[in-house]
Amino acid sequence: MTDVWPQLEPLLAKVAKPARYIGLEDGARTPHHAADKVAWLLSYPDTYEIGLPNQGLQILYEILNENPHAVAERAYAPWTDLEGLLRDRNIPLFSLDSHRPAGLFDLIGFNLSAELTYTNLLNMVDLAGVPVRSADRRPEHPLIVAGGHCTYNPEPIADFLDLVVLGDGEEVITEINEVVRDWKKSGRTDGSRENVLRELSHIVGVYVPSMYDVTYEGANLVAVTPRYPDVPERVEKRTVADLAEFPYPKTQLVPITEVVHDRLNVEVFRGCTRGCRFCQAGMITRPVRERPAEQVRTMVEEGLRRTGYDEVALTSLSTADFSGIEKLVGDIVQSTDDGPPVSVSLPSLRVDAFGVGIATQIQRARRTGLTFAPEAGTWRMRQVINKLIREEDLYSAVEAAYSNGWRRMKLYFLTGLPTETDEDTLGIAELARNCVQLGKAHTKSPSVTVSVGGFVPKPFTPFQWFGQNTVEELRRKINLLRDDTRKSHGVQVKWHDPKATLVEGIMSRGDRRIGAVIEEVWRQGGTFQEWNERFDLDLWTSAMAAHGLDPEWFAYRHRTEDEVLPWDHLSAGLHKDFLWQDWRDALAEVGLPDCRWTPCYDCGACTGYSIEHIVASATPPAGGSQGTGQDLGSSVPVTLLGRAPVGTVS
Amino acid sequence: MRIRVRFSKTGKIRFSSHRDMARCWERALRRADLPVAITEGFSPRPKMHFGLALSTGHESLGEYLDIDLTEPEGSDLDLGALPERLTPFLPPGVDVETVSIIERSELSLQEAVTVCTWLIEIPGVSPEELESNVQTMLDATTLPVTRERKGKEVSDDIRPGIISLRVVGATPSDAPERGALLEAELATQPRSVRPSELLAAFDPPRNEGRVCRTHQWIITDGARREPIPAHATSRAPAEVGAR
Ligand code: SF4
Repeated sequence: MTDVWPQLEPLLAKVAKPARYIGLEDGARTPHHAADKVAWLLSYPDTYEIGLPNQGLQILYEILNENPHAVAERAYAPWTDLEGLLRDRNIPLFSLDSHRPAGLFDLIGFNLSAELTYTNLLNMVDLAGVPVRSADRRPEHPLIVAGGHCTYNPEPIADFLDLVVLGDGEEVITEINEVVRDWKKSGRTDGSRENVLRELSHIVGVYVPSMYDVTYEGANLVAVTPRYPDVPERVEKRTVADLAEFPYPKTQLVPITEVVHDRLNVEVFRGCTRGCRFCQAGMITRPVRERPAEQVRTMVEEGLRRTGYDEVALTSLSTADFSGIEKLVGDIVQSTDDGPPVSVSLPSLRVDAFGVGIATQIQRARRTGLTFAPEAGTWRMRQVINKLIREEDLYSAVEAAYSNGWRRMKLYFLTGLPTETDEDTLGIAELARNCVQLGKAHTKSPSVTVSVGGFVPKPFTPFQWFGQNTVEELRRKINLLRDDTRKSHGVQVKWHDPKATLVEGIMSRGDRRIGAVIEEVWRQGGTFQEWNERFDLDLWTSAMAAHGLDPEWFAYRHRTEDEVLPWDHLSAGLHKDFLWQDWRDALAEVGLPDCRWTPCYDCGACTGYSIEHIVASATPPAGGSQGTGQDLGSSVPVTLLGRAPVGTVS
Repeated sequence: MRIRVRFSKTGKIRFSSHRDMARCWERALRRADLPVAITEGFSPRPKMHFGLALSTGHESLGEYLDIDLTEPEGSDLDLGALPERLTPFLPPGVDVETVSIIERSELSLQEAVTVCTWLIEIPGVSPEELESNVQTMLDATTLPVTRERKGKEVSDDIRPGIISLRVVGATPSDAPERGALLEAELATQPRSVRPSELLAAFDPPRNEGRVCRTHQWIITDGARREPIPAHATSRAPAEVGAR
C-alpha cells in the first residue's frame, strides 16, 4: 500500500477541517520515489495550520526535491478526531503530497520550535508505525531526525531521535542525504543502523544522541561523553555564510485552507546581534546575514505574481534593522503601484524604528494588526535584558501609528525576568495606560492589548543559569497587573498560562531523564499540550513524580558557573565565558551595544567559524536607540558582584 | 461588466470549505491579472458574488461565480480564453468550464437558483431496496423533520422541497463503499433541503456517501435553465466532470 487515500477519504467526511489533510497546495511537488533516491518526510509536530507556514521545512522541501538523489514530502499532526479514526482502522500517518504511509520513508524529519510539541512528535512517530525509542528501531524503520531551535537542548528527547541537526539546514541536509543514500543502496542490512548513525555523527552539525554516554552523580549531571573516539566530543552548529546563495523558498506553498501567517513570507536576514539576553533565537543564529536588497525585491515581486497573495511579510528577528529598510519597503510598495493593492507587513518590528515613514508605507492596502514588543515595563528592567528601548521610542512609535489611523495595538511583555521587582511589573501597566492616553488625541476609544508571557530561560543565552519564577510567583505578578489595570479604560491584559510556563521550563533546560516523563505523558494521551484546551499540568507533575524527578529542581533552581549543563557537549558557537560575562552584566544592569555597528566582543559566533556579518550598511538605522550615544547603563565593575546569581526580588 | 463563471469542483479538493474556495478564487483572479473591480473602504476586496454554498465534502459539476470587471462590455478581453486562463491558477480539481457576460440587472445567483440536482451515493443499500424507500418517500404527503434553531427545536416539513427522486443504480466502481446511487432534485427556496436532511428522513435513515451537485436550476414561468445559457463559450463536454 503506497497510498492511503482510498481509506482516508470516507473518514474525512467525519472530521473537523478536512482540508488540512488533502494537500494540493500551489507549490507542492509531485513526488517520484525511486530506489536510488532518499525519501524524506518533512514533518511538523502540530496541526497543518501551524505547521504548513514553517519556512525551515519549506526551504528543505525545495532543496531536497531539487536534488536528483532525494524526494521530499510533508506531514503534520492529525487532530485528535482523525487520529482516533486512523488508530481504529490501523491507518498509519501519511504524507500530504501523495498520501504515502510515513513508514515507507527513509527519514522522518521534524522541525521543533516549541517544547510543548514534544509529545506530538512521539505520537507521530508511533502513528507512523515506528518504535518511539531509537534503541528499539530496526534497519527497516525510518531514521527519525529533528532540527529547529529546540534542538539546541535535545536531551529531553534524545532517546527518541536518531539524529539531531544544529543550525542552518540548507547545506547539511545534502550531506546527510548522501550518507543515507549509501545506506539505502547497501540494503539496510541487520546491524547497519548503528553503522549509518555513527557515520552520520561525523558530519559537522549532526548530533547522534545514541553515540554518547551520560553520567550522573546523585541528582547532578556530570558528563555527556562520546562512546567512540571518532565521534566528536562537541557538536558544532552549522551556519550558512551567505544567505544570497539560498533564495528559498522559491515557490512558497500556498495552502487551500487558512493557516497562520497566510501571506508571502520573504526572509530578509538571518541572525540578530541586538543581544536581547532572554532571546535564544538571537543568540543561536548569529552572525547577521542580510539578503541583498535586490534579491529581496525579486523574491517579493515573483512571489506575489506567482502566489496571488496581497500581503508580503519581510521576515527576520528584527526587520527594521535591515540596511535601508525604508527604501526597500518604499520600492516594494511602488513596484506594486499599478496592480491590486499589496500590504507589506514587518513582523518583529522594533519600536525605535517605527516612524511615520514606515507607518504610511505599510498601511496602504490593509491595516494589519500592529504589535510592539517592549518586553519589560521599566528602563532598568530593559537594561537587564538588554532590550534598549526608551520610553520615548515607544511613545513616538505609538503616536505614529495612531496618527496614521491605527486604533488598536498589541504590546508584548515578559514577566518573571531576572531581578524583576513589582515596580517593573507595574511599569507594564503604566506604559499601556500612557499609550492609550496618546491615542485619545486621535480616536475616541483607543485600545491597547497587553500580552504577558512567563519567562522561560533558554539554553545558549546569558539567562541559562537563572532559576525561573514559580507558578505562584508568575500568577501573583499577573494578578498584580490585572488589578492595576482593572480601572484603566482601553487596556486589556492577556497572559500565558503560568502552568505551561513551568512545563516549558522543565523541558527547555532538562536532561535525558526528562525523556521518560515525555513518554509517560504521551502514553497518558497528553498530546497537543501547546493547545490551551488540551494542556494538563497534572499529567506532567504525576509523570515527574513517578520517575522520582523534582520539577522545582529542573525549573526553579539557579545554576552555578561550574555546573555541567545538559547542552555543554553542543555548541552554538558562543563561548560559555562570554555568556557568563553577559549574565554578570545583566545583573549589573549594564547594556551591551550591537556588534554589527561596534567592535566585536568575540562571542564566538563569527570568530569560531571564520565567518562574519553580512550587512549592507555599517551604520545603525536612524532613530534607533542603539549607536546613538545614549547611556547604556552604569559601568559598575562586575567583579564587585558576588559569584552566586542573585535571585528574583519578589 | 459582470461575468458569470461556471466551474466544477471534484476529487480531493471537495474537502475544502466555501470560504477556502473564496480565497482561492481571490488569489486566482490576481494571478490571472484580470481587471477585477475592487470594493472601496478599509479592507478592499475583489467584487465577487458566489452562488449557493456547497457543503465541505460535496463535489459539484455546476458551481457558479459572478465577477465584476472594470472593463466595459465589448472591450478586447477574450472571454472564450478565460477558462484556459483561470483554471491553471485554481487548485487541482477546480475546472472553469464556461464564462459568459450577464446583465447587472440579473438576479443574484443566490436569489435566482431555486432547485439543485444531486447525485448521492448511499452505502450499504441495494438499488432495489432503495427503490422501495424512495416510493415511500414520494408517497408521503408530509415529511416532518426537527432541527435546532437558536437553541429551540423547530419542526418543519421537507416534502414540498423534494422535487424528484430517482434511483440510478449501483454506486460506481470507484466508490469507497458499495451501495446505491440516488439522483435527487431538491428545492433551495423557500426552504432549502440539504441532501443530509433528505437521507435522515428515509425510513430507516440512510448514510451519506459521496455527494455531487450536478446542476443548479433557475425556473422562470415553469421553464428551467442553468445559470449560464447554452450559447455561452464552452469547452468540450467530455472534460466536464473528469475526476
Ligand atoms: S563574534 Fe563578534 S561580531 Fe560575531 S556575533 Fe559575536 S560579538 Fe558579534
